[in-house]
Amino acid sequence: MEKETLMEIGTFTALVLTLLIFSFLYKENPFYRFAEYLLVGISVGYYLVIICRNTIYPLVIDKLFVQGELLVLVPTALGCLMFVRLKKKWAYLSRLPLALMIGFGAGISIPAMLQARILKQMSASMQSLLTVNGVVILIGVTSTIAYFYFSKRQEGMFGRFTQLGTYFLMVFFGATFGYTVMSRISLLIGRLEFVLRDAFGIIS
Amino acid sequence: MKGEGTNIFQRWVIVSCLILVSFFIFPSPLYAEAQADCGAHDTPSDGGGSITIFWSDSADLIPAHVDTLTVYRRAVGDSDWDRLAETTTREKLFLDNNTIDGIAYEYRLEAKDSVSGTQFRVGSVTSSPQWFNANRTVVLVGVLACLAVLAGVMYIQRSGKSFYVRPIRGLEAVDEAVGRATEMGKSVLFTPGWGGDIQRPTTIAALNILRYVATKTAEYRCDLYFPTHDPVIMAAAEEVIHEAYIEQGQADIYNADNVFYTTSSQLGYAAAVDGLITRYKPAAVFLLGTFEGEALILAETGNSVGAMQVAGTDSTIQLSFFMVACDYTLIGEELFAASGYLTKDSKILASVKVQDYLKVIIVTLLVVGAIMATFGSSVLSDWLGQT
Repeated sequence: MEKETLMEIGTFTALVLTLLIFSFLYKENPFYRFAEYLLVGISVGYYLVIICRNTIYPLVIDKLFVQGELLVLVPTALGCLMFVRLKKKWAYLSRLPLALMIGFGAGISIPAMLQARILKQMSASMQSLLTVNGVVILIGVTSTIAYFYFSKRQEGMFGRFTQLGTYFLMVFFGATFGYTVMSRISLLIGRLEFVLRDAFGIIS
Repeated sequence: MKGEGTNIFQRWVIVSCLILVSFFIFPSPLYAEAQADCGAHDTPSDGGGSITIFWSDSADLIPAHVDTLTVYRRAVGDSDWDRLAETTTREKLFLDNNTIDGIAYEYRLEAKDSVSGTQFRVGSVTSSPQWFNANRTVVLVGVLACLAVLAGVMYIQRSGKSFYVRPIRGLEAVDEAVGRATEMGKSVLFTPGWGGDIQRPTTIAALNILRYVATKTAEYRCDLYFPTHDPVIMAAAEEVIHEAYIEQGQADIYNADNVFYTTSSQLGYAAAVDGLITRYKPAAVFLLGTFEGEALILAETGNSVGAMQVAGTDSTIQLSFFMVACDYTLIGEELFAASGYLTKDSKILASVKVQDYLKVIIVTLLVVGAIMATFGSSVLSDWLGQT
């Protein structure tokens, strides 16, 4: 089949699927459901292939049978233990890899988050109080942190200070809402451009 | 026995404090200044495979008008030089990130133009990995500070002191949402979002709340659906929900098919959960975990079917969408305080107290750092911001 014909088939398929998904705007219907099942099914198959190519083959099969690294048997056995959940009698064994994953994962991610989300932010917030920015940042950060202080009732002076923190939060939420809605609208415009220009040729 | 435990805690607090103080007293090797005009050394605090070459801009070393420096390398014993890179003399530092650990290298640096030039050699140096990353000393100090405060609070908690936690509206709504679903004869849907995996603290916090929600759905004999994008989260959720049902003596109504994997694709997951919400029309939707672009899609769909929605995430950008589309929103930290608040477990409440003490420390450091910055000192800011 010629390349142009294949391109046309691809565009037509994309157009049909886009319209099927857009039909959800009216209400949930069998056409949307078909597109939904197709998307879920294809993406599961796609990720399965990706995992086989990027994980199972290079990290298990290649290392074990080609490079002869027997140590790979340990994580492989732990991974296989996840499958014993299918048999009720042995299901408890799957807790071992699960516990290891949560333990190792938390051990790695908590210090990283401490650095990225707390220490770095603290460093960036320490600015000279002789500038308006510095004063606003200090008041904004401290009052917002005070809002998340759970051991004290939010009343009196402390309550008013935490109230100030909620104003800063609202300003942030308003700004991010507007910013993200704009980016979503640009996505919608991109899709409409595809339908009206590439598929139907209504606009140039 | 209790006295023995108390002694251990006291010792732990003292040792932690000593370690903390030691890090403030002894400077990090990161700040060790090179004294020589030029040289090369193994790059500190790395996983190996890197050598740092440094030079000064002294006129004795590099002619004033020359600004380009060519770096050559050879393994000790080889006769031929390999040209590595060209850099500017102003850089004063070059990282050779392509070395083999255990092999000694020497470097030749040429600074010349059409008029004049000079060259100097440095080495031999061998790269090797380090066990301790001095760039992250501040993180170690932070973690030790957290542990020290935790030990202190646990010590107080053992003496029988109870901790107060202020009301959090989003969490008070959990009972109301499950009760509403039961009264309407409809189901409850709980999903942890597409952005996280089992290692994320947010996912773990969400699973803690899931346990409470599952306890309530088991008590009221209400259907609970848990779609997720991650098979490991699915396995953990199965355990959590199953245990909650057993605790309530309702193991017979636990349905493992209600906890299921959809797909790892973001939009596939969003489409699947959307379809689920519109078909089953749950009376209560819990969107708790790490959410990304799918947040608004899910929250808007839940809103369109009239579900009571309780959302919570630490994804700051997505919080604004939850604010407008959901009935209650747990903002970041509130999600982490949730398990203590819901279960009223004194140990978990103690951890909430620990977080509060750490916030006091953070605010104090912020004020001190800002005052120091006002007087022109960035020592604290630089120390906290080191990578």
